[in-house]
Amino acid sequence: MINNFKKDIKGFVIEGITMVSALIIIAIVIIMLSVIIIGGKSQLSWEFLTSFPTEGMTKGGIFPAIYGTALLVIIMSIAAVPFGTITAIYLTEYAKENSIIAKTIRFAVRTLAVIPSIIYGLFGLGFFIKFVGGGVDGMFFGGQLKWGQPNLLWASLTMSLLTLPVVIVSVEEALKTVPQDLRAASLALGATKWQTIRKVVIPGSLSGIMTGTILAVSRGAGEVAPILFTGAAYYIATLPGLSDQFMVLGYHIYVLTTQSANVDQTLPIQFGTTCVLLLLTFMLNMSAVILRYRIRKKKNR
Amino acid sequence: MSKEPSKKKNTSKNFAANSELSRIDITQKKFRIGDYLAEKIINGVAFLSITIIVLIFIFVFREAFPIFSTSKELKTAKTENIIQAAQETYGDATDQAKVKFTETYGDVADSTTAKKSIQLSTQATDTASANAAKKTYTVSAGSGSDDNKSALKTLVTTEWVPVSDRPRYGVLALIIGTFKITLISMLFAAPLAILAALYTAMFANKKMKEIIKPTIELLAGFPSVVIGFFALMVLATFLQEVFHYETRLNSFVGGIAMGIAAIPIIFTITEDALTAVPKSFYEASLAIGASKWQTAFFVILPAATPGIFAAILLGIGRVFGETMIALMATGNAAQMDLNPFTSVRTLAATIGAEMAEVVFGDTHYNVLFLIGSMLFIFTFILNAIAEFYVKGKLMKRIQGK
Repeated sequence: MINNFKKDIKGFVIEGITMVSALIIIAIVIIMLSVIIIGGKSQLSWEFLTSFPTEGMTKGGIFPAIYGTALLVIIMSIAAVPFGTITAIYLTEYAKENSIIAKTIRFAVRTLAVIPSIIYGLFGLGFFIKFVGGGVDGMFFGGQLKWGQPNLLWASLTMSLLTLPVVIVSVEEALKTVPQDLRAASLALGATKWQTIRKVVIPGSLSGIMTGTILAVSRGAGEVAPILFTGAAYYIATLPGLSDQFMVLGYHIYVLTTQSANVDQTLPIQFGTTCVLLLLTFMLNMSAVILRYRIRKKKNR
Repeated sequence: MSKEPSKKKNTSKNFAANSELSRIDITQKKFRIGDYLAEKIINGVAFLSITIIVLIFIFVFREAFPIFSTSKELKTAKTENIIQAAQETYGDATDQAKVKFTETYGDVADSTTAKKSIQLSTQATDTASANAAKKTYTVSAGSGSDDNKSALKTLVTTEWVPVSDRPRYGVLALIIGTFKITLISMLFAAPLAILAALYTAMFANKKMKEIIKPTIELLAGFPSVVIGFFALMVLATFLQEVFHYETRLNSFVGGIAMGIAAIPIIFTITEDALTAVPKSFYEASLAIGASKWQTAFFVILPAATPGIFAAILLGIGRVFGETMIALMATGNAAQMDLNPFTSVRTLAATIGAEMAEVVFGDTHYNVLFLIGSMLFIFTFILNAIAEFYVKGKLMKRIQGK
């Protein structure tokens, strides 16, 4: 035991190094959070959140950006959550664990998760806007440019592709926490497989579906790259409809910091917008984290 | 409702039928249109993600394809062109620098390169390409084979000057810039994340774990535009004050910021790999007298190396395709050198910055899609390696085969 003393000191130092790395990461998160929140706090007011930008974007609020972000994530969720949930149901309930189909789908899902977001933007431009939108224009509008240009719908659908893997992964995790006994019991009572899924499995994993949706919304609200050229706009005087370009919080930050002529003048707005976006995603993620820990606890019990 | 008939059949059938058999009986009892449709839909939708991948392949490449449409005609002149291009770009360092910084200097650069090409007695081809370039600018149609010819010719050079009288699409500078920034961010993020993961998996008590893991998850939820904003406003100034370099926004700042974005990925996968190492490894090591840290570093860490490798690969993939941080914090000048304190322009940032301004169907547009396809292929391959090679190895090692 005594000759272990030297080893202990070395071990203490090495353990300390690993701990410091962990603490550095925590510090980075805290610094980023506090800098942005302190910088944007003075800007946050009811007026800032609910009024339009004025005086060439240098004053006023960010209401159109908030509205655009909300619409974006709502349409995105409507598209992504059902499809993501169904894929997850297939993977857990129908596919055989090691079949080629299941493996391919899993690989595809993971690939979707790592494809750079800018590629989704390119895809949205090439597929939704030029191919689908252009096709619709050609068929129904006589070649007049209506859907074949960047707009809210295409941006939302592009974003839904990006968030699809997020939904699939969290729903799948939740579906796995539904005990096998419940499924067996339901089947033993004479319910069909689909009835079991509808009445037993899905209600049992609702919180997981919620988590997936929240994570997807948070991801969708924060991403900018996919909508850079599929619908986001610098300034729109009216609130957007489906076929209009729209303002988004993230894009607003990007534009104000890098594209506008008077960066210093808009500094408070930049901090305020970033603060709003950060708090929004922060709260969404926080609730997702809490929900997920609850699910895991349930599983471990 | 469905119990009645099934019971009858059950009794009439062999009583010894096991539960499995009777279950099949029940499900096959009656054709239910609702069930049938639901299962068909589920089976169909399941292939959606595969379909999306295929569609992305098709559509991103489709838009990039026109640039190769003239490659056949080009073959004869290709070698000559490449030689010319190489001489042009490496010829004059100062003129190159001018071009890189701002596109308005394009004219000056053009005249000098033109002069040079007269000296090199390749005047004929040069004027041809100059004409082609003009056409790109004014007509803005990708159909002309001359445009693509000149674009293809400049593709493997180092000059990225897409908007000028004679556009050049040298992606080499962009590729080098991307790799430079990837390297910096990995040097920053990988050790930090791996050590932190080791701490979380091996040393931390339950309370620390409950702090670290949610923090990492929150960091993973930070929008990249927020990290970019932080890098642009705070980190850039701070690092400049510490290191006293010239350009405020450079690959170093961008690299650190992207490293921050990559930390959660590397951490999570590494931690998964570390905790996947069987407990028997840990216990055996302790039993033969190794201390906790020796076990962690010499037993658990080596056992999990394939997983850590995968973590770094996916981290690289994240940084490689990161757009917003690159747009905001790297300075966005396509310079080619290995100094970490100069501005760079990455592949993804180039797409993000220029796609909104190009004319659809233009050569420039096609080149941007070509860059996109490169990014896509690269991340696809990285993911495939991480998926198949590494995981197979990890499983083998853990199962002791």
